[in-house]
Amino acid sequence: MEKDNLEVLDRNFQDKVDREIKIEPKDYMPDAYRKTLIRQISQHAHSEIVGQLPEANWVTRAPNLRRKAVLLAKIQDEAGHGLYLYSAVETLGADREDTIDDLHSGKAKYSSIFNYPTLSWADMGMIGWLVDGAAIMNQVPLCRCSYGPYARAMVRVCKEESFHQRQGFEIVVQLMKGTKEQKEMAQESLNRWWWPALMMFGPNDADSKHTAQSMKWKIKRHTNDELRQMFVDVTVPQAEQIGLKIPDKDLKFNEETGHYDFGEIDWDEFWQVVKGHGPCNTERVAARRKAKEDGMWVREAANAYAEKRAKRNKKAS
Amino acid sequence: MSKKEWPLWEVFIRSKQGLSHKHVGSLRAADAEMAVNNARDVYTRRSEGVSIWVVESANVVASDPSEAGPLFEPANSKAYRHPTFYEVPEGIKHM
Repeated sequence: MEKDNLEVLDRNFQDKVDREIKIEPKDYMPDAYRKTLIRQISQHAHSEIVGQLPEANWVTRAPNLRRKAVLLAKIQDEAGHGLYLYSAVETLGADREDTIDDLHSGKAKYSSIFNYPTLSWADMGMIGWLVDGAAIMNQVPLCRCSYGPYARAMVRVCKEESFHQRQGFEIVVQLMKGTKEQKEMAQESLNRWWWPALMMFGPNDADSKHTAQSMKWKIKRHTNDELRQMFVDVTVPQAEQIGLKIPDKDLKFNEETGHYDFGEIDWDEFWQVVKGHGPCNTERVAARRKAKEDGMWVREAANAYAEKRAKRNKKAS
Repeated sequence: MSKKEWPLWEVFIRSKQGLSHKHVGSLRAADAEMAVNNARDVYTRRSEGVSIWVVESANVVASDPSEAGPLFEPANSKAYRHPTFYEVPEGIKHM
């Protein structure tokens, strides 16, 4: 295509985005927009799928049948979220299996939070309350993302996430109404999850290389720091109400700004985990790779069965 | 390892009797029957539907978005297809 032509197309594209007209799969879009979305949506999908693993760790040890049924339903939702998102990636022309193989080879990233281990039952509560809570902060604005299929998938996901957050908070509340040991278990769990939850919003705005362009394209609606502040502001009072102490000596409500001031995140830890050196990175990716390899016979069997059934139907007609 | 991937299916859900099926997304499945079963698990975990249609994506024929202008232009220039185009004298009722 001629250069002038491309410039016109790019200008029309940005104009549509500025006027809040959604971009749909077959519409013209700049290559960089397409690539950014493929990267973001596939990594989002991987996060949903990998996110099943820390919770799967507690299915057989859930304290009662109700908790077990709820946990299973939540894990099934995460699988569903992954599927909505892989479908959205495919509308951009990406190959679903290639994106999954990128996860397995370590080329594609996923949310670093899932590289932390789930050591106690209280962690199931913290994940629902904090991790899904942070995910909701991130995902609600994505419902208005400029790319139609991603925005529509996010609407479905957000509806389901609020159950995840509430069930998690209920677990924590229950523990905080319990014995001294149960309260300690909840506090110990919060101590481990608080900072990684804040890291979920990504680097500070000054260090986030994609933010400005993503905001211009209306893929992102708020910066990392804005979302992180929103999360802190809603979560701190929740913790206080149930008697938990946020593990941050610098945390303080600022009367002037109307927001909580909070301490500096350990960015060295953040980058270590992003680069694959977190407590569970190797284990998580190995589990995903094994799941694909061990499940390959199911895919083949389904194909064989479909072929057999098609032949039989042909004969009958 | 077989590289043959399950085909892609578009999923349509009727949310309740009296409403049309509406596109909700897509999924992969080895054949139509398995696509319906997968659609139930992926798209109706919270009673979102009473009926499911699946259509193999390869069978969908779509208009070209870059041709949308000329394709839909004939409708734009025919304001006389709308009731507001016509003047009704004052005092006329039930029209």
